[in-house]
Amino acid sequence: MAISKEHELHTRRKSRNLVVSLGLLAFIVLVFGITIAKLQDGQLVEGFDHSYRATLLKAEE
Amino acid sequence: MNETAVISKTHEVRIGEVIALLKPRVMSLVIFTSFIGMIIAPVGVHPILAFASLIFIAIGAGGSGALNMWWDEDIDRVMKRTRSRPIPTGTISADDARLLGLWCSGFAVFMLALTANFLAAGILAFTIFFYVVIYTMYLKRRTSQNIVIGGAAGAFPPLIGWAVATNGIALEPILLFLLIFLWTPPHFWALALVTKEEYTLAKVPMLTVTRGEQVTRKNIFWYSLSLVPIGLLVSFSSVGGPLTLGLVVVLNVMMILKASQVLVRTKEVSVRDNYSKERGLFKLSIWYLFVLFAGLGVESGLAKYLDPIITWPELF
Repeated sequence: MAISKEHELHTRRKSRNLVVSLGLLAFIVLVFGITIAKLQDGQLVEGFDHSYRATLLKAEE
Repeated sequence: MNETAVISKTHEVRIGEVIALLKPRVMSLVIFTSFIGMIIAPVGVHPILAFASLIFIAIGAGGSGALNMWWDEDIDRVMKRTRSRPIPTGTISADDARLLGLWCSGFAVFMLALTANFLAAGILAFTIFFYVVIYTMYLKRRTSQNIVIGGAAGAFPPLIGWAVATNGIALEPILLFLLIFLWTPPHFWALALVTKEEYTLAKVPMLTVTRGEQVTRKNIFWYSLSLVPIGLLVSFSSVGGPLTLGLVVVLNVMMILKASQVLVRTKEVSVRDNYSKERGLFKLSIWYLFVLFAGLGVESGLAKYLDPIITWPELF
Protein backbone atom coordinates (compact mmCIF):
# COMPACT_ATOMS: atom_id res chain seq x y z
CA MET A 1 0.00 0.00 0.00
CA ALA A 2 1.39 3.35 -1.02
CA ILE A 3 2.13 5.53 1.89
CA SER A 4 0.28 8.45 0.33
CA LYS A 5 -2.97 6.57 0.18
CA GLU A 6 -5.69 8.13 2.28
CA HIS A 7 -7.21 5.60 4.61
CA GLU A 8 -10.83 6.07 5.62
CA LEU A 9 -9.49 6.51 9.17
CA HIS A 10 -7.64 9.66 8.19
CA THR A 11 -10.75 11.45 6.99
CA ARG A 12 -12.62 10.31 10.07
CA ARG A 13 -9.99 11.71 12.37
CA LYS A 14 -9.30 14.86 10.42
CA SER A 15 -11.23 17.27 12.61
CA ARG A 16 -9.82 15.76 15.76
CA ASN A 17 -6.27 16.05 14.48
CA LEU A 18 -6.94 19.64 13.55
CA VAL A 19 -8.15 20.49 17.05
CA VAL A 20 -5.17 18.73 18.63
CA SER A 21 -2.75 20.64 16.42
CA LEU A 22 -4.49 23.93 17.19
CA GLY A 23 -4.33 23.07 20.88
CA LEU A 24 -0.59 22.42 20.67
CA LEU A 25 -0.07 25.64 18.75
CA ALA A 26 -2.04 27.57 21.35
CA PHE A 27 0.11 26.02 24.08
CA ILE A 28 3.30 27.12 22.32
CA VAL A 29 1.96 30.66 21.98
CA LEU A 30 0.91 30.63 25.63
CA VAL A 31 4.33 29.48 26.87
CA PHE A 32 5.96 32.13 24.70
CA GLY A 33 3.62 34.73 26.17
CA ILE A 34 4.41 33.58 29.70
CA THR A 35 8.12 33.86 28.94
CA ILE A 36 7.76 37.42 27.66
CA ALA A 37 5.58 38.39 30.62
CA LYS A 38 8.07 36.93 33.11
CA LEU A 39 10.96 38.73 31.43
CA GLN A 40 9.00 42.00 31.49
CA ASP A 41 8.33 41.54 35.19
CA GLY A 42 12.07 41.11 35.55
CA GLN A 43 11.86 38.81 38.56
CA LEU A 44 14.07 36.20 37.05
CA VAL A 45 16.57 38.45 35.36
CA GLU A 46 19.51 39.56 37.38
CA GLY A 47 21.52 40.98 34.48
CA PHE A 48 24.93 40.86 36.13
CA ASP A 49 26.72 39.11 33.27
CA HIS A 50 29.76 41.36 33.40
CA SER A 51 30.01 42.08 37.07
CA TYR A 52 29.45 40.32 40.37
CA ARG A 53 25.90 39.18 40.94
CA ALA A 54 24.44 41.24 43.76
CA THR A 55 22.99 38.25 45.57
CA LEU A 56 26.43 36.59 45.72
CA LEU A 57 28.10 39.50 47.43
CA LYS A 58 28.45 39.54 51.18
CA ALA A 59 26.24 42.04 52.84
CA GLU A 60 28.17 45.11 53.84
CA GLU A 61 28.15 46.08 57.46
CA MET B 1 -5.89 -3.17 22.29
CA ASN B 2 -4.44 -4.31 18.97
CA GLU B 3 -4.20 -2.23 15.84
CA THR B 4 -7.09 -3.89 14.06
CA ALA B 5 -9.37 -3.12 16.95
CA VAL B 6 -8.40 0.54 16.86
CA ILE B 7 -8.99 0.86 13.15
CA SER B 8 -12.24 -1.08 13.05
CA LYS B 9 -13.72 0.98 15.85
CA THR B 10 -16.63 2.83 14.32
CA HIS B 11 -16.89 5.68 16.79
CA GLU B 12 -14.29 8.40 16.89
CA VAL B 13 -14.21 10.39 20.07
CA ARG B 14 -15.29 13.93 19.25
CA ILE B 15 -13.85 17.01 20.85
CA GLY B 16 -17.28 17.93 22.22
CA GLU B 17 -17.37 14.64 24.12
CA VAL B 18 -13.95 15.26 25.60
CA ILE B 19 -15.08 18.72 26.68
CA ALA B 20 -18.22 17.25 28.27
CA LEU B 21 -15.93 14.99 30.28
CA LEU B 22 -14.23 18.04 31.76
CA LYS B 23 -17.50 19.38 33.22
CA PRO B 24 -17.53 22.75 31.42
CA ARG B 25 -20.20 24.26 33.68
CA VAL B 26 -18.26 23.57 36.86
CA MET B 27 -15.18 24.76 35.00
CA SER B 28 -16.79 28.10 34.16
CA LEU B 29 -17.69 28.68 37.82
CA VAL B 30 -14.14 27.83 38.85
CA ILE B 31 -12.69 30.21 36.25
CA PHE B 32 -15.05 32.96 37.34
CA THR B 33 -14.44 32.71 41.10
CA SER B 34 -10.68 32.35 40.76
CA PHE B 35 -10.64 35.31 38.36
CA ILE B 36 -12.46 37.42 40.95
CA GLY B 37 -10.04 36.22 43.65
CA MET B 38 -7.22 37.34 41.38
CA ILE B 39 -8.50 40.82 40.52
CA ILE B 40 -9.61 41.82 44.01
CA ALA B 41 -6.16 41.00 45.40
CA PRO B 42 -4.10 44.08 46.31
CA VAL B 43 -1.28 43.08 43.94
CA GLY B 44 -1.71 43.35 40.20
CA VAL B 45 -0.94 40.41 37.92
CA HIS B 46 0.51 40.69 34.43
CA PRO B 47 -2.48 40.13 32.10
CA ILE B 48 -0.77 37.31 30.22
CA LEU B 49 0.18 35.55 33.44
CA ALA B 50 -3.36 36.03 34.76
CA PHE B 51 -4.82 34.62 31.54
CA ALA B 52 -2.44 31.66 31.50
CA SER B 53 -3.05 30.95 35.18
CA LEU B 54 -6.81 30.89 34.62
CA ILE B 55 -6.36 28.45 31.75
CA PHE B 56 -4.31 26.10 33.92
CA ILE B 57 -6.75 26.40 36.82
CA ALA B 58 -9.53 25.52 34.35
CA ILE B 59 -7.61 22.50 33.05
CA GLY B 60 -7.06 21.36 36.64
CA ALA B 61 -10.78 21.70 37.34
CA GLY B 62 -11.51 19.79 34.13
CA GLY B 63 -9.11 17.03 35.13
CA SER B 64 -10.84 16.60 38.47
CA GLY B 65 -14.19 16.54 36.66
CA ALA B 66 -13.00 13.71 34.41
CA LEU B 67 -11.69 11.76 37.42
CA ASN B 68 -15.04 12.27 39.14
CA MET B 69 -16.86 10.87 36.10
CA TRP B 70 -14.49 7.92 35.95
CA TRP B 71 -15.15 7.00 39.58
CA ASP B 72 -18.89 7.72 39.53
CA GLU B 73 -19.62 5.81 36.35
CA ASP B 74 -22.09 3.50 38.11
CA ILE B 75 -23.98 6.41 39.70
CA ASP B 76 -24.08 8.42 36.48
CA ARG B 77 -25.56 5.45 34.64
CA VAL B 78 -28.55 5.40 36.99
CA MET B 79 -29.38 9.08 37.33
CA LYS B 80 -31.38 10.84 34.63
CA ARG B 81 -29.40 14.05 35.03
CA THR B 82 -26.08 12.32 34.33
CA ARG B 83 -27.11 9.47 32.06
CA SER B 84 -26.06 11.31 28.92
CA ARG B 85 -22.48 11.89 30.10
CA PRO B 86 -19.76 10.45 27.84
CA ILE B 87 -18.92 7.38 29.96
CA PRO B 88 -22.49 6.11 30.55
CA THR B 89 -23.28 6.55 26.85
CA GLY B 90 -20.15 4.58 25.97
CA THR B 91 -18.54 7.23 23.81
CA ILE B 92 -15.49 7.42 26.08
CA SER B 93 -14.24 4.52 28.17
CA ALA B 94 -13.78 4.91 31.92
CA ASP B 95 -10.08 4.09 31.58
CA ASP B 96 -9.59 6.85 29.02
CA ALA B 97 -11.41 9.29 31.29
CA ARG B 98 -9.09 8.39 34.16
CA LEU B 99 -6.04 8.83 31.97
CA LEU B 100 -7.26 12.20 30.70
CA GLY B 101 -8.14 13.31 34.22
CA LEU B 102 -4.74 12.38 35.61
CA TRP B 103 -2.86 14.05 32.77
CA CYS B 104 -4.93 17.23 32.91
CA SER B 105 -4.51 17.48 36.69
CA GLY B 106 -0.75 16.89 36.65
CA PHE B 107 -0.20 19.19 33.70
CA ALA B 108 -2.31 21.97 35.24
CA VAL B 109 -0.53 21.89 38.61
CA PHE B 110 2.90 21.79 36.97
CA MET B 111 2.14 24.66 34.61
CA LEU B 112 0.51 26.78 37.32
CA ALA B 113 3.64 26.36 39.43
CA LEU B 114 5.73 27.66 36.53
CA THR B 115 3.34 30.45 35.56
CA ALA B 116 2.32 31.73 38.98
CA ASN B 117 3.89 30.27 42.09
CA PHE B 118 4.15 27.12 44.17
CA LEU B 119 1.51 28.22 46.66
CA ALA B 120 -1.18 28.63 44.00
CA ALA B 121 -0.16 25.32 42.40
CA GLY B 122 -0.19 23.65 45.82
CA ILE B 123 -3.73 24.82 46.56
CA LEU B 124 -4.84 23.69 43.09
CA ALA B 125 -3.31 20.26 43.70
CA PHE B 126 -5.00 20.04 47.09
CA THR B 127 -8.33 21.10 45.59
CA ILE B 128 -8.13 18.36 42.96
CA PHE B 129 -7.16 15.83 45.63
CA PHE B 130 -9.99 16.98 47.89
CA TYR B 131 -12.60 16.80 45.16
CA VAL B 132 -11.51 13.46 43.72
CA VAL B 133 -10.31 11.49 46.73
CA ILE B 134 -12.03 13.04 49.76
CA TYR B 135 -15.35 13.96 48.15
CA THR B 136 -15.87 11.61 45.19
CA MET B 137 -14.18 8.47 46.47
CA TYR B 138 -14.83 8.76 50.17
CA LEU B 139 -17.60 11.11 51.35
CA LYS B 140 -20.12 10.95 48.53
CA ARG B 141 -21.21 7.36 49.07
CA ARG B 142 -20.81 7.29 52.83
CA THR B 143 -22.35 10.26 54.56
CA SER B 144 -25.24 12.67 54.20
CA GLN B 145 -22.73 15.42 54.95
CA ASN B 146 -21.04 14.60 51.62
CA ILE B 147 -21.74 17.87 49.89
CA VAL B 148 -21.23 19.93 53.05
CA ILE B 149 -17.62 18.85 53.49
CA GLY B 150 -17.09 18.24 49.79
CA GLY B 151 -18.22 21.79 49.14
CA ALA B 152 -14.80 22.91 50.28
CA ALA B 153 -13.42 21.74 46.93
CA GLY B 154 -15.60 24.23 45.10
CA ALA B 155 -14.71 26.95 47.58
CA PHE B 156 -10.96 26.93 46.97
CA PRO B 157 -10.79 28.77 43.59
CA PRO B 158 -10.89 32.35 45.00
CA LEU B 159 -7.99 31.34 47.25
CA ILE B 160 -6.08 30.04 44.23
CA GLY B 161 -6.74 33.27 42.34
CA TRP B 162 -5.62 35.36 45.30
CA ALA B 163 -2.49 33.21 45.68
CA VAL B 164 -1.66 33.65 41.99
CA ALA B 165 -1.63 37.41 42.53
CA THR B 166 -0.05 37.71 45.96
CA ASN B 167 1.81 34.43 46.55
CA GLY B 168 0.04 34.41 49.91
CA ILE B 169 -3.27 33.92 51.68
CA ALA B 170 -5.24 36.55 53.56
CA LEU B 171 -8.46 36.84 55.51
CA GLU B 172 -10.43 38.21 52.54
CA PRO B 173 -10.10 35.13 50.29
CA ILE B 174 -10.73 32.93 53.33
CA LEU B 175 -14.05 34.76 53.79
CA LEU B 176 -14.86 34.11 50.13
CA PHE B 177 -13.96 30.47 50.72
CA LEU B 178 -16.42 30.37 53.63
CA LEU B 179 -19.06 32.08 51.53
CA ILE B 180 -18.95 29.40 48.81
CA PHE B 181 -18.56 26.67 51.43
CA LEU B 182 -21.77 27.70 53.24
CA TRP B 183 -23.54 28.42 49.95
CA THR B 184 -22.98 24.90 48.59
CA PRO B 185 -25.39 22.98 50.90
CA PRO B 186 -28.53 25.05 50.18
CA HIS B 187 -27.60 25.11 46.49
CA PHE B 188 -27.21 21.35 46.21
CA TRP B 189 -29.97 20.34 48.60
CA ALA B 190 -32.47 22.45 46.66
CA LEU B 191 -31.56 20.33 43.64
CA ALA B 192 -31.56 17.15 45.75
CA LEU B 193 -35.15 17.85 46.83
CA VAL B 194 -36.15 17.92 43.18
CA THR B 195 -34.20 14.81 42.23
CA LYS B 196 -34.52 12.83 45.46
CA GLU B 197 -35.80 9.64 43.85
CA GLU B 198 -32.77 9.49 41.62
CA TYR B 199 -30.33 9.69 44.51
CA THR B 200 -32.27 6.87 46.19
CA LEU B 201 -31.97 4.76 43.05
CA ALA B 202 -28.27 5.52 42.76
CA LYS B 203 -27.80 4.73 46.48
CA VAL B 204 -26.17 8.08 47.19
CA PRO B 205 -26.86 9.02 50.83
CA MET B 206 -27.96 12.58 50.21
CA LEU B 207 -29.59 14.27 53.18
CA THR B 208 -32.94 14.06 51.38
CA VAL B 209 -32.56 10.28 51.22
CA THR B 210 -31.19 9.55 54.69
CA ARG B 211 -33.04 12.11 56.83
CA GLY B 212 -36.00 13.04 54.67
CA GLU B 213 -37.29 16.19 53.08
CA GLN B 214 -38.30 18.10 56.21
CA VAL B 215 -34.83 17.88 57.78
CA THR B 216 -33.33 18.96 54.47
CA ARG B 217 -35.62 21.98 54.28
CA LYS B 218 -34.58 23.03 57.79
CA ASN B 219 -30.91 22.63 56.91
CA ILE B 220 -31.32 24.64 53.73
CA PHE B 221 -32.83 27.47 55.76
CA TRP B 222 -30.13 27.53 58.43
CA TYR B 223 -27.29 27.38 55.93
CA SER B 224 -28.88 30.21 53.94
CA LEU B 225 -29.07 32.24 57.13
CA SER B 226 -25.41 31.53 57.91
CA LEU B 227 -24.43 33.32 54.70
CA VAL B 228 -25.48 36.67 56.21
CA PRO B 229 -22.62 37.24 58.68
CA ILE B 230 -20.01 36.12 56.15
CA GLY B 231 -21.45 38.44 53.50
CA LEU B 232 -21.40 41.34 55.96
CA LEU B 233 -17.80 40.60 56.95
CA VAL B 234 -16.82 40.60 53.27
CA SER B 235 -18.60 43.94 52.81
CA PHE B 236 -16.58 45.54 55.58
CA SER B 237 -13.25 43.98 54.59
CA SER B 238 -10.65 45.59 52.37
CA VAL B 239 -12.27 44.05 49.27
CA GLY B 240 -15.76 45.23 50.21
CA GLY B 241 -17.55 48.55 49.90
CA PRO B 242 -20.97 50.12 49.47
CA LEU B 243 -21.77 48.13 46.32
CA THR B 244 -20.87 44.83 47.96
CA LEU B 245 -22.90 45.72 51.05
CA GLY B 246 -25.92 46.60 48.91
CA LEU B 247 -25.68 43.32 47.01
CA VAL B 248 -25.15 41.31 50.18
CA VAL B 249 -28.31 42.80 51.71
CA VAL B 250 -30.49 42.34 48.63
CA LEU B 251 -29.23 38.87 47.71
CA ASN B 252 -29.44 37.54 51.25
CA VAL B 253 -32.97 38.84 51.75
CA MET B 254 -33.98 37.12 48.49
CA MET B 255 -32.20 33.92 49.47
CA ILE B 256 -33.73 33.79 52.95
CA LEU B 257 -37.20 34.54 51.61
CA LYS B 258 -36.90 31.74 49.09
CA ALA B 259 -35.40 29.37 51.66
CA SER B 260 -38.24 30.10 54.09
CA GLN B 261 -40.79 29.38 51.36
CA VAL B 262 -39.06 26.05 50.86
CA LEU B 263 -38.93 25.53 54.63
CA VAL B 264 -42.67 25.79 55.26
CA ARG B 265 -43.68 23.49 52.44
CA THR B 266 -44.55 19.85 52.77
CA LYS B 267 -43.76 17.15 50.30
CA GLU B 268 -47.39 16.98 49.18
CA VAL B 269 -47.48 20.67 48.31
CA SER B 270 -44.18 20.45 46.47
CA VAL B 271 -45.19 17.41 44.46
CA ARG B 272 -48.38 19.19 43.41
CA ASP B 273 -46.51 22.02 41.68
CA ASN B 274 -43.51 19.89 40.70
CA TYR B 275 -41.16 21.49 43.25
CA SER B 276 -41.39 24.97 41.75
CA LYS B 277 -40.10 26.80 44.84
CA GLU B 278 -37.22 24.37 45.25
CA ARG B 279 -36.28 24.83 41.61
CA GLY B 280 -36.56 28.56 42.16
CA LEU B 281 -34.19 28.41 45.11
CA PHE B 282 -31.69 26.41 43.06
CA LYS B 283 -31.75 29.01 40.28
CA LEU B 284 -31.57 31.89 42.72
CA SER B 285 -28.56 30.33 44.44
CA ILE B 286 -26.67 30.32 41.14
CA TRP B 287 -27.48 34.01 40.61
CA TYR B 288 -26.58 34.75 44.22
CA LEU B 289 -23.01 33.60 43.82
CA PHE B 290 -22.58 35.02 40.34
CA VAL B 291 -23.91 38.50 41.16
CA LEU B 292 -22.08 38.76 44.49
CA PHE B 293 -18.72 37.83 42.97
CA ALA B 294 -19.29 40.05 39.94
CA GLY B 295 -20.08 42.86 42.40
CA LEU B 296 -16.80 42.28 44.20
CA GLY B 297 -14.98 42.50 40.89
CA VAL B 298 -16.72 45.76 39.97
CA GLU B 299 -16.11 47.14 43.45
CA SER B 300 -12.38 46.56 43.17
CA GLY B 301 -12.41 48.19 39.73
CA LEU B 302 -14.21 51.23 41.11
CA ALA B 303 -12.01 51.45 44.20
CA LYS B 304 -9.59 53.97 42.75
CA TYR B 305 -12.46 56.34 41.92
CA LEU B 306 -14.50 55.81 45.07
CA ASP B 307 -11.76 55.65 47.67
CA PRO B 308 -11.01 59.41 47.56
CA ILE B 309 -14.73 60.24 47.93
CA ILE B 310 -16.02 57.67 50.40
CA THR B 311 -14.43 56.60 53.65
CA TRP B 312 -15.55 53.03 54.01
CA PRO B 313 -15.34 51.50 57.49
CA GLU B 314 -12.96 48.57 57.01
CA LEU B 315 -12.91 46.23 59.97
CA PHE B 316 -9.67 44.57 58.94
